[in-house]
Parts: sequence; structure tokens; C-alpha cells
Amino acid sequence: MTGTPLHLAVALDGAGWHPAAWRAEGARPGELLTAAYWADLVTEAERGLLDFVTLEDPLGLQSAAFHRPDERTDQVRGSLDAVLLAAHLAPLTTHIGLVPTTNVTHTEPFHLAIGIATLDHASKGRAGWRPQISARAADAALFGRRTTPQLTEEDVRDPELIAARLRPLFAEAADVVEVARRLWDSWEDDAEIRDAATGRFIDRDKLHHIDFEGTYFSVKGPSITPRPPQGRPVVTSLAHASTPYEFAAGGSDLVYVTPHDHAGAEAILAQVGEAVERIGRNEREWPLKKFADLLVFLDDEPGAAARRKSRLDELNGGELASDAEIFTGTPGDLADLLLSWRTAGLDGFRLRPGTLPHDLAAITRGLVPELQRRGVFRTAYDATTLRGHLGLRRPDSRYAHRHDRPSAVPSA
Amino acid sequence: MPAAGKKAEAQAGKKQVHLAAQLPGIHNVTVWSDSRSRSQIAIDSFIRLAQTVERGKFDFFFLAEGLRPREHKGQVYDLDVVGRPENLTVLSALAAVTTHLGLAATVNATFNEPYDVARRLATLDHLSGGRAAWNVVTSFDAFTGENFRRGGFLAESDRYTRAAEFLDVARTLWDSWRDGDVRADPKAGDFLLPGAGRFAHRGPHFDVSGRFSAPRGPQGHPVIIQAGESDQGREFAASDADVIFSKYNRLDEARDFYRDVKGRLAGHGRAEHELKILPTATAVIADTDEEAAAYADEITRAQVSPQTAIAHLEAVWGRDLSAYDPDGPLPDVEPEAESLVLEGHSVFRKGRGETARRWRKLAEERGLSIRELIIEVGGGQTFVGSPRTVADAIDHFVQSDGADGFVFVPHLTPGGLDDLVDRVVPLLQEKGVFRQEYTGTTLRDHLGLNAPARDTRPVPGERPVRSEKEAS
Repeated sequence: MTGTPLHLAVALDGAGWHPAAWRAEGARPGELLTAAYWADLVTEAERGLLDFVTLEDPLGLQSAAFHRPDERTDQVRGSLDAVLLAAHLAPLTTHIGLVPTTNVTHTEPFHLAIGIATLDHASKGRAGWRPQISARAADAALFGRRTTPQLTEEDVRDPELIAARLRPLFAEAADVVEVARRLWDSWEDDAEIRDAATGRFIDRDKLHHIDFEGTYFSVKGPSITPRPPQGRPVVTSLAHASTPYEFAAGGSDLVYVTPHDHAGAEAILAQVGEAVERIGRNEREWPLKKFADLLVFLDDEPGAAARRKSRLDELNGGELASDAEIFTGTPGDLADLLLSWRTAGLDGFRLRPGTLPHDLAAITRGLVPELQRRGVFRTAYDATTLRGHLGLRRPDSRYAHRHDRPSAVPSA
Repeated sequence: MPAAGKKAEAQAGKKQVHLAAQLPGIHNVTVWSDSRSRSQIAIDSFIRLAQTVERGKFDFFFLAEGLRPREHKGQVYDLDVVGRPENLTVLSALAAVTTHLGLAATVNATFNEPYDVARRLATLDHLSGGRAAWNVVTSFDAFTGENFRRGGFLAESDRYTRAAEFLDVARTLWDSWRDGDVRADPKAGDFLLPGAGRFAHRGPHFDVSGRFSAPRGPQGHPVIIQAGESDQGREFAASDADVIFSKYNRLDEARDFYRDVKGRLAGHGRAEHELKILPTATAVIADTDEEAAAYADEITRAQVSPQTAIAHLEAVWGRDLSAYDPDGPLPDVEPEAESLVLEGHSVFRKGRGETARRWRKLAEERGLSIRELIIEVGGGQTFVGSPRTVADAIDHFVQSDGADGFVFVPHLTPGGLDDLVDRVVPLLQEKGVFRQEYTGTTLRDHLGLNAPARDTRPVPGERPVRSEKEAS
């Protein structure tokens, strides 16, 4: 491979990212909650040597509106818990990273942390995580524990407005991520000693209370789950505005952004860079990988992908809208675009297939070979962990060596 | 009469044994110092044990839970295995490498929310093709609560009322989608029926409403498991559970418990076969009864190290006894009934004064050292002997209504049930008291349980009523 390798992930969701994808030819709409369906998708993604797949998790019932429930019956509704789905896929695969989304507004940080740690154990080091806040006031009623702001039509037209309204939820989410990272560190790597001579299974000096006291909750620790194989699973977040850029800068290893052209990518990466600066994160110590999201329809024959998308738009009664750029074209065209955009400073791309399994197979069997021909994508996995694929080092526990150097507590 | 006919006749009159397996958790069952003992956290250990017991046609594989590492005298308890995974996550992985085995997770109803738990259990039921079970436990424990948003908010008296309401909400959510609600008809453009998943519940502990995002799983409701010896616990099990775990694995006590709990079912409009009673058990198997007895002693001594003996005594005495010799007599000091030495463990919490008196009396009568006493009261091994002896004992226990079967906990992870599966199960099959092959695919099938009764109460904010034609 010449030069820096390109990283490639794929975002899996239901029958694909077009709301009418379940009606496309080759779709398996009656199987969206079966193990076999997901096993076929993730093994296809692994065949394409992709870095990782992400799995969406709306928690509440899906809706066409960003901020409130709907009563539509013509789109996919119903979903599985993404952490459990990712764990199910772990023994069926050997290399590909598995990155579930979880809600962090209505869930327990402790449960989330041990769930992701367990996914890392079950996949032998391939776990990632995408913490997501709940932007729908109706989600709060599912739990009955609290209320969250009701966004208005005006809010949802502008990412900055949404982010401003949801700022306290982002602050809370940042605490959730911080708690998870501390819990993953709360067992030092060599805590298990099995010392028959003293009868001790563990060295309890290497398990640590995390003593987190925040505005929204507190967690004592330590974790019940030993430190995961990657030390810390890879934290990822999707961001469209300054508050989420700061959230990413504060706790993520990888951020997905949504530029619509090369100049947009440059502008967004500059804003992410400013957020990193504001937070005071040292990227040499703790790099932040930047991926651009694209929603893709791919066909070998020129024009076919656009025609396919139009037919689905018609079925759905309106043109597809997305936060991400929508691409229709051939794998070759997409390869051109990816290589051009990445010069803005992107490390990779997360592609959202318009329809499944069609556009996934077009990525693994069309785009990937094209990128390999151009010498910018791996031809075999050279690592077994997600951190390995992304070139991220395995961090030490922040609590390690405290015994002899009490002041040295690296925050990354 | 041909042999097969004879067998069928014998089978017809005999109760069938149910078998489950548990990967040992925090208690001092695991002999981790044994060179054959492997990781209790590596996925390969879980896969190995689960696949072994599936080969043995077991009903299900079970995982216990503890949401904070236990602490002893203010520090993490370090003598037993410490460290375990999140249960539903591991079981979802196991669903991919097993085909029939039931997958049972302990999930706490105190430090969780019904929407989340119901959805995660429905997910496991979907991913496993109908093999999910939930062991509903509760906690009153502020010590564990320190790890959660809710904290140690719950009064002990509210444990079961919250758990019962929690289960009620979960069932409401599982019933909020009906079997035909997902249409997925691309030609007509109907993905689902209007209003599918709509629910509302208002009670003392939960006020929740909206639409549930998980369509109905293959079992409708996962199998519900309960454990509890108290009157309240027995009543909860009789009204709400499909399986009850019991600690009574001595036949006399077990029969009393069995009679009592089964006797409560009619009061809740349920038949005796609708609740399976499964005590926790261990089995030590060798070629001869003598060899097995010697091996059982060896295991029991390894389970109660000198340090463990002192720690258990401290947990009951409520004070530091580290100066005492584990091979010497019981301490001359009295217990401090109010002081809690071991946090995060219910066994050593209640009735400690009475336990201490009983232990002192037993030790004096029998002239037992501290370690000998702890070995004595620890109960030792449930079934010890040759494969034939163990198979006969299991069969006898079940036929004489001590239990419907057992949850076996091996002392070695993950190979500790190999002998039970390879040497005892075939004998139970020969006796006609255990299945030769799985006859169904879901855990409800294995346990002989009916499909759950559907909640038929009207839903506030109603959904369109389906015609009979649609429903058929």
C-alpha cells in the first residue's frame, strides 16, 4: 500500500438508510429482527476487510421526524438492542470491529460500561461504542424517570439550535463517557493473580474505586468486569455542531462528521480542531480520528444508482433527506470522491448503504477492490483488534503505577 | 415386550428431570487454584461450557449477577473469583454458537428500568430463536446502589412490590406487539399495523407510556425465573415465575419446600407443572464411590482455604478475627451483630447472631476447628459417587418430589461438567427420565411450559381493534 491507508466503515441500520429500502428488490423486510439477517450483513462487511460496522439503536420506536414520534405504517419500525446484537455477531466474525450505538440519556452508565467491556471480551478486542443522547421528549416517557426538552420545528432546522437546546444532555453524556472510561480502567491489567500461596485470586490494590461525583449522577466503582482486551474500547460519536464537536473532543477516539463537499470537510475539520483546542486535548498523546459520513447508492452501470434511488423516493412519497451527503454513482466515482475529500484531513469514511444488502455488497465487491487497485486500502487484515485496524495504541489504565507514583495520572 | 416398548412404558410413569448449568460466579465454589481452571471472563470459557451442556441436552445455561465487587473489612474481597461480564451481552454471543440451549440471565429489578430490560430480553429472545430467560432479582442494597443513578433509594420492604410491578410492566411491553403486527408487505407498502407497540402503565413505582420498539419475540415472554426462600419470595414465584431456583438440595428440606411452593400454585390459578423447582447442586463423579468421596473431600478443602474459613467467620461475627488460628477452636469473643464486615453478599447479612450461636454449639459438640466448622456448615457436595450412583440419586430426588431437576454448578471453569454430561446424562436417558434429543426449539418447549397468557387489558390511548379476520 502506498501512502496512508484509507479507513472504511459501514453503518448498518434496518433495511438500509432509505426509508423505503425495505421495499427494494432483494430486501429481506420480514427478517430484520433475525440473527441470520445480521450475520449475513456483517460477514459480508468482513469479507470486504472493512475496519468496522456500526449498528444503530433508536431505543424508542423509529420515526420519520427527528424530534417526535409519528404514526407511519409504511416504514421500518422495531429494532433490537445494538450492544446485544453486536455481541451476537462477535463469535461469527474474527476481525471486523463492532460498534453499537447506545442511548446515554435514559440508561445507567454502569450498565453501559460493563456491556461495552463485555462486548470487547466477547469479540477479543473488537468493540467500539457510539454514545448517543436522546433528543426526543417522548423517549423520556418510556422510562418515566425524568423529562427532556421538547424540540420545536424551528429547532430541528438548525443543528446549532438543537445542540444549544440539548446542551445539558451533552454535558451529562460527557459524564457517562468519562464514567465508562474510568470503569474500564478500574481494573489494572494484571489485577488477577491467582496466588495459591496467599489464597488470593486478585490483588485488590489493583482494583480502584472511581469515585465519580457529577452534576447528574455519581458512580462508586470499581467495575465488575475486568479490563477489556483493548484497555478501552473505541469511543465514537456523530457530530454536526460546536457542542457535539466538543463532546467528541472530550471523550471520543473517533468522530463522524457530515461534510457535503471538500471545502465543507475542511471547514468542519477546522471547527473540530478548535474544539480539541478548547478542551485542551493533546492529539499527539490521544489522537482523534475523523471520518466523514456518506449515504451511498452504488451500481456499476452509470445512472443506475440514481434511478434506483428515484424509484425508492417515489415509493416513500418524497425525496430522501439526510444529514449526510447522498451519493449516487459507480464504485469508481465514489473512489474518486473519497480520495479527493480525504485530502481535507479525513482519516476515513463511514458509508451508510442506501439499501441492504445491495449497497453493502457494492461497497465490499465494487468499491473495496477499486480502492485496493489504487493502493489505498488493505488487501488483508493486519491486526485483530479495532484499535489495531485504526492504528490506535492500547492505553494504560490511568490507575496503574499509582502505587509508586501517586501524582502520575494520565487523563487520556 | 420389545425393549423400546418397555422403555416407553417406564418413561410414561416417570417424571422427567430438568437440567441447567451455571458458570460459577463469586462464591467459593470455584477451585481457581486447580491447574485445569481457566478464565471466568474469556468468551472461550463460556462457549466451552455452554456447548458441553448443550451436547448433554440441558434445558438452559444460567448466569448469576452482582453489580459491585464484594468488600470485606472495607476492601475488595480477594479470596474467591472476582470479575464477571454483563450477562445479557455474553448470552447474546452464546446464542450464536448454540442452537437449542436456553439462555438465562439474572437481571436486577432494582437498578434497572422496565423499558430497557424488556427490550434487551426481547432482543435475546429474537437472536436466540426463543431461548431467553430472566432470573428476576431485587436489591435493597445501598452498597450496590452507589454504582447507579438511582442510588440506594429502595426500602427493603419495597423490594418485592417494585419487582412485581417491574415484571408487570415488562409483560405489558412484551404484549404491546401482537404476533402479526409486523406485516413487511412491500407491495402493499405496509410495514406494520397501526398503533403496534402502544402501551401505558401507571403504578406506585412506574409511570411509563409510549410505544415499545421491540416486536414480539418467539416465546412471547421470556421464561421467568425467581429465587427466594422467604414467604414473600415463594408467593411471588407461585404467582409470577416459570422456574424457581432453590437452595434446598437435601432431600428432606427440599421436599418440604417443594410441597409448600407447589401447594401455593392453585391459589394463583396455576397447575403444578407450570412452575419448575430447581435446586442448585454440585456433582463429584469418579469411577468408584470411594474415589469420588476422596475427591469430594479434596475439592471441599480447596473451596475452604484457611483464609476463606476466617473470612466466613468474620462475615458472621462482624469483626476482625485475623489473629485466630483457622485450625484452632472458635474465638472466645462474641459476635457484633450490628457490624457488617462483608458488603454485597446477602447470605451473611441476616440472622447472624443466631447463626453464630448455632455454629458455636455445633463446634463444641463435635470438637471442630474453625476450618472444619466452615466446611461442615458449607454443605459440601450434593451428589458424590460413581456415574451410576449419581444418576440414581438424581432420579430418586426428582421422583420423590424433592425437585423437578437441578442447576449444576461445576467447581472447575469451563470443564467441570464434562463427567456429568458424558457419564451421568446417558444413564438418566437410559432410565427414561431425561430427553435423548431436544424435542422443541424454545426454552418453553424444553420446560414443558405453555405459551404465556396474553394481557388483554385495554390500552389507554387505545390502538385500532383488529377484526377477527385480521387476527387469524
